[in-house]
Amino acid sequence: MSLIQLQNVSKRYAEVTALDRVSVDVQTGEMLGIIGHSGAGKSTLLRMINGLEQPTDGEVFIRGKNIAHLSKSDLRKLRSKIGMIFQHFNLLSSRTVYQNIAFPMQIVGRKKSEIALRVEELLDRVGLTDKRNAYPSQLSGGQKQRVGIARALANQPQIVLCDEATSALDPATTDSILQLIQEINRETGITFVFITHEMSVVEKVCSHVAVLEAGNIVETGNVADVFSNPQHDVTQSFLGLKPKKGGDRNVS
Amino acid sequence: MSPSLDWALIWQGTGETLLMVAISTFFSALIGIPLGILLVITDRGQFWEIPWLQKVLGFIVNTFRAVPFIVLILFLFPVTKWILGTSLGTTAATIPLIAGAAPFFARMVETAIREIDRGVVEAAEAMGASPITIVLQVFLPEAMPAIVSGLTVSCVSLISYSAMAGMVGGGGLGDLALRYGFQMFDEKMMFACGILLVVLVQMVQWIGDFVSRRLDKRNLQS
Repeated sequence: MSLIQLQNVSKRYAEVTALDRVSVDVQTGEMLGIIGHSGAGKSTLLRMINGLEQPTDGEVFIRGKNIAHLSKSDLRKLRSKIGMIFQHFNLLSSRTVYQNIAFPMQIVGRKKSEIALRVEELLDRVGLTDKRNAYPSQLSGGQKQRVGIARALANQPQIVLCDEATSALDPATTDSILQLIQEINRETGITFVFITHEMSVVEKVCSHVAVLEAGNIVETGNVADVFSNPQHDVTQSFLGLKPKKGGDRNVS
Repeated sequence: MSPSLDWALIWQGTGETLLMVAISTFFSALIGIPLGILLVITDRGQFWEIPWLQKVLGFIVNTFRAVPFIVLILFLFPVTKWILGTSLGTTAATIPLIAGAAPFFARMVETAIREIDRGVVEAAEAMGASPITIVLQVFLPEAMPAIVSGLTVSCVSLISYSAMAGMVGGGGLGDLALRYGFQMFDEKMMFACGILLVVLVQMVQWIGDFVSRRLDKRNLQS
């Protein structure tokens, strides 16, 4: 059974179709990268996994359960087990680093002593122990994203969603964040789903890739195959290759 | 020609002004914060979307803000009488003061909450936070510097409105300035009361700015 399964999901607004019958399967432990241009529908697709967006058609299954059938409180329970990190970090400005990391655990009602232990563990893992009492405005972008990662891991999730997590960071910081994520995946087996518009991110950390263009998945597969033998024009353009004349329209 | 200042009277007037402003500010905050929260969460696309309620609340707020304070005092005579048993005196004056200030403050609370980064709210939802948690642990703390600023502005407005409270026997420094200073040509009294009011406003503004600045963690130096 796939960990995450999106079956023929569509998202239609009044005149615009953001997603058109998209299907994605993610297995436990995978690092899936969803790549596409702005407006291709990546953000919407990602948010269907934790129910922040609902499809107008199609179904979303997490561990075989259709999440549309969940009660509001069960959906919240599910969300507490899915971490999310964002392009602009989205930390609470009124809380310290420590309090930001503690927040998801407070939401599910963990004991203070447990929270304290876990926050210290996470601070150490992301290398921010000496910043525990700092406020987000005192941190660099890379540090803020580390807090974001620590926060996403707080409740021991099985899945972490990454919304353009490195798009606001410089190349060196991007590399260190991606390295951290890769290490965490190896240590814990947590499944990561990335959305990005940068192929280099996919190349560095992802095991599988799906290419999204104008609401449709045009190519999908494991990274080694797709990179060595890209079929679709869009994939090729992301890889910096010129599309073949006439365009090879075979979709794998 | 000018008699020397009657300090006992000024002392009494100061006490009355402070009492009116303190009570009104407190209740304006008590009513205004939940009202401001409601104005946000009942709106379209929010988690307690009740469009008709949002429109009704908005209408009530707009109406109370539009009515001049003097007219509000008169309109609210029967209400004041019903709540307190009298429509005269310092405490009675707080009813129209609250009725004028609370809606004004509610709008400021609403604006403060709407200005919170949408991404932060989305992150809280992604963590599985309930609407109540979002209101208490995200909206209020993140908007607090702006809410305190709004309360400071409301308090200063209340000080100036309280000067009109003399019309219902509310007393206070404004009333003194009017009655003794303006109507009895005691300029010393008028200036003394006026200066005290200005000092009061300055103090409130200073305290409000200080607290708001301390609460605001968004622009700290590392």
